[in-house]
Amino acid sequence: MSAIVSPIREPLIEGNKSYHDITEDLVSPTESVPNAEWVIAFLISVAVLGLGGLAIFITIWFGIGTWDLNRTIGWGWDITNFVWWVGIGHAGTLISAILLLFRQKWRTGVNRAAEAMTIFAVMCAGLFPLIHMGRQWMAFFIFPYPNTRGPLWVNFNSPLLWDVFAISTYFTVSLLFWYTGLVPDFATVRDRATGLRRRIYNFLSFGWTGSAKHWQRWESLSLILAGLATPLVLSVHTIVSFDFATSIIPGWHTTIFPPYFVAGAIFSGFAMVLTLMIITRKVLGLQEYITLNHIESMNKVILLTGTIVGVAYLTELFISWYSQYAYEQFAFYNRAAGIYWWSYFGMMFCNVISPQFFWSKKIRRSITWTFFLSIVVNIGMWFERFVIIATTLARDYLPSSWSYYVPTWVEVALFLGTMGLFSTLYLLFTRLAPVVAIAEVKSILKSAGDQYVGPNAHAHHGHGHAHGVEHSEHAGSHDASGASEVATSEVDVPSNGETSGADGTVMQAISAAGGGQMELNDDLKEVEGIGPAIEGLLNTAGITTFDQLADMDLDPLKQILANAGKNFSQHDPQTWARQAKMAAEGKWEELKEWQKNLKGGKE
Amino acid sequence: MATATTDKNILYGLYNDEEILLVAVKKAMDAHLNIYDVFTPFPVHGLDPILGLAESRLHIAGFVYGAIGTLTAFGVMTWVFTRDWPIIFGGKPYWSVPAFIPITFELTVLFAAIGMVVSFYTVCGLGPGVTNETLDDRITDDKFCIAFNTNGMSDEEVDGLRTFFNKTGAEEVNSKVLH
Repeated sequence: MSAIVSPIREPLIEGNKSYHDITEDLVSPTESVPNAEWVIAFLISVAVLGLGGLAIFITIWFGIGTWDLNRTIGWGWDITNFVWWVGIGHAGTLISAILLLFRQKWRTGVNRAAEAMTIFAVMCAGLFPLIHMGRQWMAFFIFPYPNTRGPLWVNFNSPLLWDVFAISTYFTVSLLFWYTGLVPDFATVRDRATGLRRRIYNFLSFGWTGSAKHWQRWESLSLILAGLATPLVLSVHTIVSFDFATSIIPGWHTTIFPPYFVAGAIFSGFAMVLTLMIITRKVLGLQEYITLNHIESMNKVILLTGTIVGVAYLTELFISWYSQYAYEQFAFYNRAAGIYWWSYFGMMFCNVISPQFFWSKKIRRSITWTFFLSIVVNIGMWFERFVIIATTLARDYLPSSWSYYVPTWVEVALFLGTMGLFSTLYLLFTRLAPVVAIAEVKSILKSAGDQYVGPNAHAHHGHGHAHGVEHSEHAGSHDASGASEVATSEVDVPSNGETSGADGTVMQAISAAGGGQMELNDDLKEVEGIGPAIEGLLNTAGITTFDQLADMDLDPLKQILANAGKNFSQHDPQTWARQAKMAAEGKWEELKEWQKNLKGGKE
Repeated sequence: MATATTDKNILYGLYNDEEILLVAVKKAMDAHLNIYDVFTPFPVHGLDPILGLAESRLHIAGFVYGAIGTLTAFGVMTWVFTRDWPIIFGGKPYWSVPAFIPITFELTVLFAAIGMVVSFYTVCGLGPGVTNETLDDRITDDKFCIAFNTNGMSDEEVDGLRTFFNKTGAEEVNSKVLH
């Protein structure tokens, strides 16, 4: 049953939400007029996109001679940017598919935005192979079709062609997955709208009704698409790595490339999700849906994949030495000590050292640190692709053809242009569609909402005193008031006269959930200095849980006491918030220890 | 009230919580009431077995579409490189099976995904431009709905359904004609 709550896990939905609150919170950004910050951000994005458009025009009009590529260095910023964007595009499907298969509930808070990010990132990525062809109007030559040239077919043995299939399949499947998830949420938006807006969202929602059979098929579809997308996401970056690994360039043809590229893709993708989500949750006020718990989970993924990438770098170095193959050894010596040494050290610092900070729980749960490190990782992963591509090509077998490469302004503008495209699309997305999957968040509310998890979590922590008992008493009293009309009434259906017996387990489930409206209070008397009378005062003021008390500043607490008269105003609440914080975090041992040293709740 | 033969007179009850809904659906099924449909804002787990919904066969369709993709990709590449226009690439055999694996895999996934999504929307009667009448706007928000088709029912039977809704804790009971 969905009413089973975990005694260990932290809540994923905070703020004591009801189903209606979730709808309100998540749909409202699409219903209001954008604020000035959004408009400014949008205008900047469009301007940068325009710059990119100009660069595309110049590239096509004058040819790719406007780039600084040469005979030695045939791939530069173009393919670097391509691989970088494709890598970023990996986190969305990972979150939606792999985490769905692993039943990770925290995915529901971030999957929608991450999938959108995937789609926009793949669009940015796709631009580069297309535009680096030189004669873009011949781009359709990459597709196999019966033609007038022989008929001459594409080379199905080439990794570059595999890439065409991999990226276009990945884009299509991600888009289908994303949109199918959006359909029920568009219906929610539709049913709150009127007039033209209703007609538009009616079109987008495909006529969704919420029928039980449709939901059943929808869940089945999501699960199978997840099952298909999981190997797909692994295959895509594997194939991207084949672009390099199947060549005979020293430094490229290494068998470690596929797993190392996949880990690197997930690494950079999660970093970009974090960068975006930290801004999005702040701007749209979604802190209760994208919690510190979500951020910490993603940071753990970054730590894991960053470490895999680090091990891969060191393995490459070791193998090049161990192989005793002079060209391979030179390739890696050149990366670290050659003309592009700065990009190698940028890569090493950003990708190997910086994620190691996430071993510290404090840093994993710090917004500032996470935001900063996510950008560092994004920069590092760009350097990684640059190191692999340009550094390696610049020093080939013949010293006479060695070269150096700096991008022209057109190449820089192209890269900035894709960033403009990406942010323009993302900004539009935040206004047009619910950024958090409404239906999916509702479906985990009872197992991961704080009103269901929080107090029970304390009750089950087993810190060995009356705390737990009081909670079950609370729950009992709520049963009587909340669910009794429903649960205890006899059902009598005249059309057939047969009264069905109450189903015990379902009844218990109702009682446990209290009709969805129950709210458990914490025993604030656990805080030294608070007795039954003050607890009553705080409850009247709306403070019923440790979390709420922990968030209180000193002054409002004093005010509450002062308002209640002289008997109360003499109490000093200075340690209450800190005590409550410990209680909320379940640190009972620590709290008891501290309380031994407190004198009536005072230090 | 004169209605066309295709119109459905729907009597529906709205519940506040899925746990209450599940009990109500169970009671309706036990009482052999003919439920027209159940509408919820999110997938309610445990509802399908109570309603007696058969497992979705989408995965079977998905397998078939995927198999078609596999055969298409592998077949076309084989035909192109062994019959239509054989070319030697890098001294490899014409029919170089390992090199066909990536594209075969990608097309398997692509066919299965597109096929299943198209099947899903077709079977559910959903799609771009489709407008289905809904019973209540709050069903996609926070209400859980059981609907009965009262066509051909006597007043006593309809009253019985109303009693059922009241006794199982429905928040509201309404009727609506679906065209």
